[in-house]
This record gives sequence, C-alpha cells and structure tokens, in this order.
Amino acid sequence: MTSDTWHQRESYSFDRNAIAEIRRAANTGIYRIRGWGAKRILPTLDDLVFLGASMSRYPLEGYREACGTDVIIGEGRAESPVHLDIPITIAGMSFGSLSAQAKEALGRGASAIGTSTTTGDGGMTEEERGHSTKLVYQYLPSRYGMNPDDLRRADAVEVVVGQGAKPGGGGMLLGQKITERVAQMRTLPEGIDQRSACRHPDWTGPDDLAIKIVELREIVDWRVPIYVKLGAARPYYDTALAVKAGADAVVVDGMQGGTAATQDVFIEHVGIPTLAAIPEAVRALRELGVHRDVKLIAAGGIRSGADVAKALALGADVVSVGTAALIAIGDNDPAYDEEYRALGSAAGFWEDYQDGTDPAGITTQDPELSARLDPVIGGRRLANYLQVLTLETQTLARACGKSHVLNLEPEDLAALTVEAAAMAGVPLAGTNWTPGREG
Amino acid sequence: MSTTIDLAEVPLRQLNQVLHDADSGVFNVLNPRGAHALACGIRANVTVEVAGSVGYYCAGMHQDGNVLVKGNSGPGLAENIMSGTVRTTGNASMSAAATGCGGLVVIEGDAGARCGISMKGVDIVVGGSIGHMGAFMAQTGNLIVLGDAGADLGDSIYEAALYVRGDVESLGSDCVEKEMSTAHLAEVKRLLEATGMVASPDDFRRYGSERRLYNFHVDDIDAELAEGRGVMT
Repeated sequence: MTSDTWHQRESYSFDRNAIAEIRRAANTGIYRIRGWGAKRILPTLDDLVFLGASMSRYPLEGYREACGTDVIIGEGRAESPVHLDIPITIAGMSFGSLSAQAKEALGRGASAIGTSTTTGDGGMTEEERGHSTKLVYQYLPSRYGMNPDDLRRADAVEVVVGQGAKPGGGGMLLGQKITERVAQMRTLPEGIDQRSACRHPDWTGPDDLAIKIVELREIVDWRVPIYVKLGAARPYYDTALAVKAGADAVVVDGMQGGTAATQDVFIEHVGIPTLAAIPEAVRALRELGVHRDVKLIAAGGIRSGADVAKALALGADVVSVGTAALIAIGDNDPAYDEEYRALGSAAGFWEDYQDGTDPAGITTQDPELSARLDPVIGGRRLANYLQVLTLETQTLARACGKSHVLNLEPEDLAALTVEAAAMAGVPLAGTNWTPGREG
Repeated sequence: MSTTIDLAEVPLRQLNQVLHDADSGVFNVLNPRGAHALACGIRANVTVEVAGSVGYYCAGMHQDGNVLVKGNSGPGLAENIMSGTVRTTGNASMSAAATGCGGLVVIEGDAGARCGISMKGVDIVVGGSIGHMGAFMAQTGNLIVLGDAGADLGDSIYEAALYVRGDVESLGSDCVEKEMSTAHLAEVKRLLEATGMVASPDDFRRYGSERRLYNFHVDDIDAELAEGRGVMT
C-alpha cells in the first residue's frame, strides 16, 4: 500500500466486499450461490478457554494416564448401537456435491480411526459403503436415491430436518455437477440446476415425525439407531421435539456448518452460531432427563481439538466435521494456488464448490479433476487429522483432570467475551459473573 | 394356504417381522384398527390383504408382492414404493405414493393433498379425485386421475406425466397442458386395464413440465459489452 492511499477511508458499510457483491448482482441478476459456511465474524468456541487444573483440581498425566474417547450411540435403544472409538464423526456430504474419490477418502479415513461417515442428499454409493465400517444413511426431504436396501445396510439412519448452512432451505446442486451418474441416482434430467425440497414429502411436524421414526425402525427391524439432524435455529425447542419424536441422537448444526451450494444470503444470515446452539440443546436434554442417553452431536465450524473439547464440555457427546475433513483431504491446497487464481479465487479462499471446477478434485464430478485425488492418501490424511483432534481433546481433558473426554463440563470453562459468557452459560474469565444468571 | 394374523392379538412388530422373514405366501391381516407402518418394508413376493383401514405409511418402501387394504389408508400410503403393487379400496390421505420409485399404487377412492409428491417412477391410478399440490416436484412416472385434481397440480414438476379426466382447479408453477399422443393414449389404456378401472383414454388430458425452471437464468451484461454485442435493454 502506498502513502497515496493513507488518506482514503474504506466505508465500513460499503466495503470492497459489499461493493463487489452489488456489482455482481447488477451484472447477473441472480443471487450469489456458493459453498463453504458462514464467513463473517461470529461468536465462536475460540471465545472460551479451559481453566485447567490448579490447587483445587487434580490433572492427569499426559500420554500416561487413561483418558477415554469412546462413545456409544443408541445403547439400550437400538439392537445394534453405533460404537465410536472417538467422539468425532464425518458429517453428511453427498456424492454429487463430492467426487466418488472424495467420498471414498472420507470413508477410509473415518474407518481407520474407528468412527463413522455419513451419506448426503443423493443416496449411498458403493465407494462410501465399501470403505466405511460405520456409515450413517441420511433420510432427506428430496429422498434422492432413497432405497430400502441401502437403509437396511446402514449402521444408523439420520432424518435430516435441516442443516446449519441453511435452516429452512433445501439442497442445491447446479447443472454442471449433474452428470449422467448423479442424474441417474437422483432420477433427474442431466444438467438441470437441481433444487432439493426443503420439507419432507410425507410428514409435517413432530407428531408425524414420531410415526415416521417408527416406520423407519420397523423397516430395519429396530436394529440401528435413528438420528435427527437440525439446523441450529431454535435448538431448545427443536431438540425437545426431536426427543419427543423418538430420536436416539440429535445432531445440531450451527451456522458455520458448510454446504456444497447455497445462497450466500442464507449462509450468512440464517441460523445461530454453534457456540450459541449447544447449550440450548443441552438444556432441553437435561430438562427432559435424557442428557447422555439421547446423544447430542454438535457440528458447524469445528476445526481443532480445542473446538472438540469445548463442545464436549458444553454438553455435546460427539462432534461432526465436514469442511475441516475436506481441508484435511486436500481442499484449498496451496499447491493448486495458481489454478485457484485462474478461477478467480486463491488457495485459502476457494468456496465455489457449486461450480464443479475444484482443482483439488474434491467438490467436482469432472473425471479428470476427480482423478487428482488419491483416496488412499486422502484417507490417511483424514485419519491423521482425526488422530490429532483426538489427542488434542485428550490433552485438554487430562489438564482438567478428566479420565474420559465426556467428563469435561461447563465448570471447566471461562468465557473471554460477555457475549460468549451469555451464550455458553459460563462465567466471564476472571469474574464469577455469568450474564443472565443471578449471583 | 394363507396365514391369518389378528392385530387384536399380536403386536404390529410381530406382523412386520413375519412379513420381512417370509419368502412368499398369502397373509390376511385382521383388525388393523388404523395401525401405522403396517406391512412396511416388504421385500419378498408375498400377498397381504388387510381387512380394514390403516394409518400412516402402510406398505412404506414396498419392494415386491401385493398389499391390498380393504378400507381407507392414512398419510404416506406406499411411500417410496420400489416395485410391486399397493391398492386401497377406499380413500387415501395425503402424500400417497410419495417419492415412489417404481411399482403401482391404486387408490379406488379419492386421494388427499400431495398425491405423488416427488414421485420417481411409480405409476399411480386414482379412481376418484386428488387434493391440492398433486405431483408436487414429481420427477418421473405416471399419475392417472379419473376424477378431478385440486389446486396447483404438478407444481415444480420435472418429467412425470399427469393424466386427469375431470377438472383441474389450477396448475402449479411450470406445469402446462400437453398434447396427448398415441403413445400417451396407449400408456393410459395400459394402466387403466392393469388396474381394472373403467374409463376411456380419450377423455383424459395430459399435463407436464414446461421446463422453464430447470436452470437459473443468469444474465451477464459485462460479457455482452466485452464481446461488443449490442446490450439488450
């Protein structure tokens, strides 16, 4: 920047990003559709810190003393509960939005470390079933690729009510990614801009959902657990209603949760942050007396073991990663920076998952681009990443004196901002003040 | 040789397990009393006759064989049917044959709202009338209605074919009336005969997608200017 620009002041309201979007809208006449999740500044789990053991708390030795990480979903509720070795799963992402190689890499990585992966809005592929030892089958409003045989060979069923990137919105897959195979799986014409349903076709509300869950249980002979996934909007009420409907696990996806293609206005302006959503879901579970029985799976913007540990401390049983898993297998790889730039982006900024032009071969159906992703190497990278998340989570849990990561609790936390203190229901650091609570 | 199962004496779970474990056979179900999820998830070539009305999701995700409900059916009759036949002698509530991928669903009476919603290849024949939002987002397959259709028929429809003999209250977004070709008349005739419905194919009108919603309209004024083309105003 030269000194010539020092006297120029960029408008806070009309910054370069706002100006660029107005110009883009004026040129095209269509709203911006993109991938990724919310990019604007939000209250996050970074606004919390662990207090660690001290005079009144007794830490555990790192690497030496046991610190459990296993979680069982559906125990005592389904004939074959889901046993996870780590409290971190791979979130639902569709074949169609992702390449077959990417789905395979996710399955390989998750399986290597003993956790589950999840299908998406487009059905189950052989690549992901074959390489996922634990596979959650999503049951979505569109019912694309919905097949009772796949339902029966799933390890759990996830009824998707909404997702964090767009609570109240349906899926989207633009024409350039509707190849012959994708079109066939979804029973759609090739090349159309597919807009999935946002409401389930055969139930409307929690009373109907309760009956729907019974039907799903009957079809799988009550063998596997049923999850209900919610976009975080009203997590207290939605979680309570999901429990009432019979869910074995509730997935709450905050607004940082990613998407393959959604209107930008939806991604940035609908839903609430993950930090704000978890405590409200936990409150509902506690009031109903089912906390730790009905499992809470938190998702949306989880990046590190610190995020995992904080989500668990707030009361989640499991977290899911989506965007972070894609990054682990190669999304936004700096090695492709030149190609990202040729597409008008750059490594670290790439969000145009909707275009199907991903140089890393992950969010594409182009056979040449897809072939760039080696699913074996991608799987190893994901397994390593999940291993690091687990080690980091254990490190923090041991520092707080916990022999299992699920023993982390809100009492282990303090907040760095008043907003985070209010949302998380923990004291502002250095004080005994929790906004909204007496005393 | 048939097996009779009385739901006044055995729980629904037991009935469904028997049907899931069977390779073949005829099963008579007594006292359904509006039970939900009755005979859902059938995989084998069995015949099930239900003596009375059923609740939600009867014959849901049906894959083979025949289910006959001698009475009325609740919401989601034969939802996501893959193949085989499901028939109800009375009326069906909302979302009948929703997302059906194949097979045949026959409703001798009327069907409620959203009949054939998101259908993906199923054939549906309704002896009476259907409610509003019939064949909403219907992808492929045939819906034949001998009576009338309610408001917003075929809203956001893809490639499904809708045939209605009576009046259509209104068509939904991107749904238009289309020409009845010889092939379409033959298709209606085939399904009427297959279901024992008495009507003349000539009396039906066909509705389908105008395909205006298949792709977003994206303008690009900058490209027009760069190419030196005259910009439309």
